[in-house]
Amino acid sequence: MANDQPILQLKDVHTYYGNIHALKGVSITIPKGGIVCLIGANGAGKSTTLMTTFGIQPSTKGEIFYQGRAIHKLQPEEIAALGMAQSPEGRQIFPNMSVHENLEMGAYLRNNKKEIAKDLDWVFTLFPRLQERTGQLGGTLSGGEQQMLAIARALMQKPTLLLLDEPSLGLAPKLVEVIFETIQQINRDSGTTIFLVEQNANMALGISDTGYVMETGKIVLTDKSSVLLESEQVKKAYLGE
Amino acid sequence: MVQSDLKKFFVYSLFLGILILPLVGFATTTFNASRAFTVWGLFVGVLAFGLITKGIRHSGGYVNLSDSLAPARNKIKDKLLAVPAKYYILALLAFAVIYPMVANRYLVDVGITCLIYIVLGLGLNIVVGLAGLLDLGYIAFYAVGAYTYSLLNLNFGIPFWFCIPIGIGFGCIAGCIIGYPTLKMRGDYLAIVTMGFGEIIRLMLNNWDNLTDGPNGLYGMAKPTLIYPSIADGGLTWVTFHLKSLESLYFLVLGIAILTVIGVQRLDRSRIGRAWVAIREDEVAAELSGVPTMWLKLLAYALGASFASVVGGFFAAKLSYTNPNFFIFMESCIVLCIVVLGGVGSTPGVIVAAVILSAVPEIFRDLQSYRMLAFGAAMAAMMVLKPEGLIPATRRKRELHASDHHQHEES
Repeated sequence: MANDQPILQLKDVHTYYGNIHALKGVSITIPKGGIVCLIGANGAGKSTTLMTTFGIQPSTKGEIFYQGRAIHKLQPEEIAALGMAQSPEGRQIFPNMSVHENLEMGAYLRNNKKEIAKDLDWVFTLFPRLQERTGQLGGTLSGGEQQMLAIARALMQKPTLLLLDEPSLGLAPKLVEVIFETIQQINRDSGTTIFLVEQNANMALGISDTGYVMETGKIVLTDKSSVLLESEQVKKAYLGE
Repeated sequence: MVQSDLKKFFVYSLFLGILILPLVGFATTTFNASRAFTVWGLFVGVLAFGLITKGIRHSGGYVNLSDSLAPARNKIKDKLLAVPAKYYILALLAFAVIYPMVANRYLVDVGITCLIYIVLGLGLNIVVGLAGLLDLGYIAFYAVGAYTYSLLNLNFGIPFWFCIPIGIGFGCIAGCIIGYPTLKMRGDYLAIVTMGFGEIIRLMLNNWDNLTDGPNGLYGMAKPTLIYPSIADGGLTWVTFHLKSLESLYFLVLGIAILTVIGVQRLDRSRIGRAWVAIREDEVAAELSGVPTMWLKLLAYALGASFASVVGGFFAAKLSYTNPNFFIFMESCIVLCIVVLGGVGSTPGVIVAAVILSAVPEIFRDLQSYRMLAFGAAMAAMMVLKPEGLIPATRRKRELHASDHHQHEES
């Protein structure tokens, strides 16, 4: 059945940075429509997992399937064209483009002006703060606004699968809550599948259906998020209890 | 305030003394004191002038004068800005067309050099200004164009107009050859590799005696011709017009330059141009947005190279001569200077800078051996006074003043 086909599947993926074995056989399955999170400590390989999925840091071994199609040999732009988008770690917005131009870059691969305008409106209802600052340069926004812009830019690609890399990084707790609520809203409103990478395990497990725990390049634990939240192992290592 | 300025003045004078006195003074083994101190005195004089004007401004006299002039100055500025850009372009075009009719042979020749540099500057501007890839071996593509025309014309008698597209093809190939292995490189590394590539091309031309006749160069290429129909003597005949005179060559390169300006402007405003800007700003983010960074970087190299190649073919045809020493590293530097001086990414800036950089060495010709010194001083002064270039591209201006902007936001 087509509906049971996972939207993204990583099978025994290995990635090297020079001599450093960053991913040591990662297998992740992401079903359509939900929110899946990947938690783990700094340097566990969470961001590498996303970069490898997107073809920016190519894998040396293993297979990646997107909607049943092998993508581990594709270029990033081909993967983006298939309907995957990523909001990268550390935000990486275009600092000298205005907010509007940043969002336009997100829609780089799309041609339907009417649809783009519609999505722009939708993105502005999700992040009203960005609408107030359309003409302002990306680099002059505050940290939280830059994070919103990075997510908004990814949404302008009209993705079926959205990869979010540490959206809570360096933000005040109040803002983190706003961002996470918006992530849930995106999932609810547009049905976009979300793959969330986070250090903030508590928040990430709180909004996701399934969780993966990563340690030094390997998946060490996976279960329903509600189960992981109660798991002694996770509590000790990531929830600080 | 005044005290610190005085201190600065003495420190700078001393530093200039250490630098200039031995450099200018020593002629082989004898020390020419009067010459050394004249040049040093000149520089100190400029510094003293700066100090005095600052003093006057500080005491208040100058400020009042400047303030009273400010409304008039703003009025003139507003009036100048109110004139649509197309009138400026038309005026510039009219000047460019009339120029060879009123100027003497020497000045027309300088004009041709100037137009060649405009095309080279705009071509390099695609690579450096738009895509943000530092290229220190750009002149190699100019050499490719020059030698393509020379060899094809001398060996096979292929006319200029057919050689140009072939030259563009070779330029593109050369651009991709340098572009492909450097795709993953950035900044300093890229600069070194491109510099090496420029030298490889020059050394190859210098040493491949059988093909290029080495340092002697190639000569005797035909000038470009124009063939047009004529109905003079009743019947229709085709007349061949050889572009031999300096004026006709000037108009040919003017045409090339105008086409280049139009081409570069269109690229700048296109989807491709915006993608280049995105790559320059943040490559990973551009990739994530679906920008095919690899192809676009290669395209930047190939397009930049083809402009250089066209004008290189023209250069060889104009002189009917070419040799490897036209394509030394210094030439790459001058073209890069044009781009930086004019304002990286700015077409009008590059045009103005190309005019200045080809005219200034001619103006300073009377200074003889101090010519390059004056040239260097003019460059250094420019970079101190206007780091963003003569006519900065709006986006670049933002980049350079981003820190000011931040402070402004916070305050």
